[in-house]
Parts: sequence; C-alpha cells; structure tokens
Amino acid sequence: MPPLIELQNVFKSYRRDALEIPVLKNISLGIDEGEFVAFMGPSGSGKTTLLNLIAGIDRPTIGRVLVGGADLTELDESALAAWRARNVGFVFQFYNLIPVLTALENVELPLLLAPLPKAERRRHAERALSLVGLADRLDHYPRQLSGGQEQRVAIARAVVTDPTILVADEPTGDLDKASAEEVLHLLDRLNRELGKTVLMVTHDPRAAATARSVRRLEKGELA
Amino acid sequence: MELLKLTIRNTLRHKLRSLLTVLGIAVAVMAFMLLRTVVTAWHAGVERSAANRLITRHAVSFVFALPYAYRDRIARVPGVERVTFAVWFSGVYIDKNQFFARLAVDSNTFFDVYPEFIVDPEQFAVFKRERNSCIIGAEIAERYKLKIGDVMALDGDIFPGRWEFVVRGIYRPRDKTTDPTSMLFHWQYLQEWARREKSNRQGQVGWYVSRIAHPDDSAAVSAAIDELFVNSLAETKTETERAFQQSFLSSMGSVMTAMDVMSFVIIGIILLVLANTMIMSARERTHEYAVLKTLGFSGRHIFILIAGESLLLSALGSALGMGATFPAVEGFQGALPKGWFPVFYIEPKTIVFGCLAGLLVGLAASLIPARRAAATKIVEGLRFVG
Repeated sequence: MPPLIELQNVFKSYRRDALEIPVLKNISLGIDEGEFVAFMGPSGSGKTTLLNLIAGIDRPTIGRVLVGGADLTELDESALAAWRARNVGFVFQFYNLIPVLTALENVELPLLLAPLPKAERRRHAERALSLVGLADRLDHYPRQLSGGQEQRVAIARAVVTDPTILVADEPTGDLDKASAEEVLHLLDRLNRELGKTVLMVTHDPRAAATARSVRRLEKGELA
Repeated sequence: MELLKLTIRNTLRHKLRSLLTVLGIAVAVMAFMLLRTVVTAWHAGVERSAANRLITRHAVSFVFALPYAYRDRIARVPGVERVTFAVWFSGVYIDKNQFFARLAVDSNTFFDVYPEFIVDPEQFAVFKRERNSCIIGAEIAERYKLKIGDVMALDGDIFPGRWEFVVRGIYRPRDKTTDPTSMLFHWQYLQEWARREKSNRQGQVGWYVSRIAHPDDSAAVSAAIDELFVNSLAETKTETERAFQQSFLSSMGSVMTAMDVMSFVIIGIILLVLANTMIMSARERTHEYAVLKTLGFSGRHIFILIAGESLLLSALGSALGMGATFPAVEGFQGALPKGWFPVFYIEPKTIVFGCLAGLLVGLAASLIPARRAAATKIVEGLRFVG
C-alpha cells in the first residue's frame, strides 16, 4: 500500500533579490496514514517549509508532492484551496484565530466552504469544541480566552472538517507547560482515537516525545 | 455564520475609523447631490421646454419688441396650430430681492399654448372678465400669503408707475418641472397704460410663442416664420423653446460647467478616502487573509470580503449623505433670495446618480487592496507582521 504522503526529490528555494536561497534539498519521504511524526531541527533547517509543502500552502521548486494520490504540484490555486479545505487541518504556533469571531464562529469558519445547512454547521462546530473541552466557551471571543484555550479552539477548527491530515507548526511554542501538555495530549488523542495523521514541527523534545516517530532536518536535508 | 457577518464585524473592528470614513462619504455624497441639484435646477427651464413650441423674438435682441401685427401672419404659417405672445413686465414687488416672472400675456391664447399651467375654470372666467386681474402660481400664493381677491401692488420699472392687480386665479403646475412662480396678467391692460402714458409703445409684444403640429417640422416652420419678416423693420429669430432657454443659460455656462466638474471631483475625493481606508484595513489583515486561505478560502473569497466591506462603508455613507441632502437642499433654497430657482428639487435622476456613485466608489476603492490581498501568497501572508 503506498504511503499517504510521498515527497519525491523535492527541492525548494526562495529568491531574495538576486540571491537564490536553497531551503530544502532533494527531500524524498513517505508517511503512512495514521502516523504521528514530529519534525525537529535547528531554526532555518526547513521544517516549516517542508510542512507547508505537504499541506499545499507552498509549492516545491523541483520535485513532486503526492498526498492521498493527489499530485499537489499539478493543482492550480483554486483546486489546491479546495483540496486543503477537504484534507488538511492547521494548527499554528500563535493560534491565528479571527479576533472578531467567537470560538464557535471561528470553528465554523472552514465549514462555510462545505455544502452544509447552518444548523448542521453549528452542530459540527459544537461537537469539535466539546472534543477539545471547550463546550462552555462557545460564545467567547479569542481575547476572552487563555493561550491554551485559544490553541484548543484552533485545534477544534482544524479537526471540524474531519481532515485526513493534521498539520501543527510549533503548536506548544507559545504556551506554558500545563497548556502545552493539554494540547499535546489532544493531538495524541486525535491520532490514536480518530486515526488522524499528525505532522508536527517542534523545537521541544518533550513535545517530540509525544509523536510516534521523529524526523530530523539539518540544513534542508533529512538527517 | 456567513461571510456577510465577517464582513460586518470587520467593518466595525475600528469603529472610529469606520465612522469617520462613513461621515466623509456622507458629506461628499451630500455635496455631490446638492451640486447636481443646483445644476439641474439651472437647466430646469431647458428640461421643461416643450418640443412643440417655437419662440419668435426680435432678431437683434430679446429686449427689442415686435409688432402685434405679426400675430396673424405667424398664425397663418403652415404647421402652426396656435399663437400666443407675452411681454416681460419686470417691476418690483415688495422689494428688489423678490424674484419671479411677471408677464403680460394674451389671456385668450396663453393657457392653450401652456397647458401645464392648470387654472380652475371658474377662476379663469373671472380673470378674463376683469382687465386688472392676474393669475399667480401656487408657490407665489403660498410664499406671499396671497388669496383670491387680494391686491398685488407693483412698482413698474420698464413700464413706470404704480400697478395694482387683483388676484383672480391661482394656477397649479402640472408637474414638478413646471414653474410655479409666475404672475400673469392681461396684455390689454398694459396696452391701456401705453395708450395713456407712452403711445409709442402701443401694439408691441415681447415675443411670440407658436404651438406647432409636429415637433419634427420645427426647423421648417421656424424658417418659414422668419422668412415672413425678412427686410422688415423688426426681423425675427425663431427657434425651439429649448434652444431659446439654452441661449439664456449660455451666459452662466462656465460657472455651471465648473459646478458640474466639481460634483465629479467630489466623487473622486470619496474614492480616495475610501480607498485609503480599505488599503489600511486590508494591509492590517494580511496575516488573517493568509490564515483564511490556509483553511481553504480562495482568492475570490478574500476579494469578496474586502469588496463587501468597502461596499458596506460606501452604502452606509451614501445612505446617510442622501438622507442629509433633503434638509440641506431645503436649507440652501431658504438661504437664496426668493425665486432664484423657480424649480428646485432633488430629481429622481440625481438620487440614482448618488446611489450609483456610492456603489461604483465602493467597488473601485476595493479593487487595489482586494486584488493585492487575493494575490498574496499564503506563506508571505503568514510571515507578514503589520
């Protein structure tokens, strides 16, 4: 059975004025469905860029990225946006909730792209918030929540569409120890109980320990 | 949760900035509509001109009189259905700041040629019987609290002396474009004065008005009338009522053109005000738009969000501005000397212009920020620090 995620000879470089800066060099990688992988490495090693390529929010300079049989390098922008909406859930380091929307509305946001009636959308969003233990914070705005709670809302938003892949970029980077443990516990549960494939970038060895496997990057190459 | 809700919440995010923008748009829309109303009022005479009326005046200038004897000759020109005539009386009523048209007219024919002046038949019958009677517009009656039987006393200037007219009729304008501020009296009464005081001014009229059967024949009929009086002592110039009105306006043409241009400059200013607000707002939210794209929203969704916010601000500002225009127009008219603009109201066309201007400005102001935000790559947006 082919891996869920497959990177074939991927190079990625950025252009800064006249300079071509290589970020990823000849990465080939396979990740099976249901895995929980932590990517570690020093700053500038290309972890976030690798995650972005897998999540379809950036494109490789050379090489192919295949996820669930879809070649992301072949999709145009609108097709890629639709693919992301169906297949990927994102958790960011700084939560990135929309400040003018309540917790419930933030979680409902990705569902606006699905053909669901309003009541159904609300039911899904409430269930996702219950899953992360915030059923009593539905109408709270992000400014009324703690950092840990905001990150849990972000996780609820990431899973509300029931995506195959959950992508987390330094999800505990801005949290205290207790909140970080709660978030890691949640990701672990989502992986074990719901079978989500979780890809996490982290600097924190304790966070990495939650993952089933750890991949290291050094200067744009897999170690 | 709909995208509209997010648009509204975004609009209210910086309340003071949004409020100032809305007020800016409102003031600009009000100024735009006020200027358009002034320009429209200025051209109202042209707009209300009937296509089937020709004006015949002295070829040298409007101020020179024409012989009364021309009437029957004009009436015989093929295509002419009815002929009437009038004399500009002028005079001073109360004081020199009271402007309205005072005309000596042929009471037998005038109201046939000007059916837009509606008079009660009983009042008209009394008017025709009394040689020193007059008919006034409904607005004049209201403005000076005049009623049937009251006497209007005028000091003549072109026709010197003390003139007293008994109000025997009050005409109603057929629609909003008809001048409700004229005062009309018998030409025969003026003739009596001329016989008594200035015999050399007997048998003179200011201009003739001909109602023609077919507006398409206006050029041919005009030429035929003028042909009758070639090489006479009083050669004529005949033109359509519209052309006649336009020749009056040409003296103020450059001022009106400036006002016309200014009204559109104001639209440009609204555009800049709103575009500035939208560019600032969109730039501040670069990171959020990248997050939305990460969640699967497309560039089109981002475009709609920004354009929607811009349209909402412009719609609020336009609505407020339009609401304020009505009292502003009233106030403006009140501040002017009475009678400056016989017809002064906000035309439906001006309201449509105001709405369209608001809509177009809302869309145009959002184009640059919306296209920029839609095109920004997610990775660059996520890195953006405002």
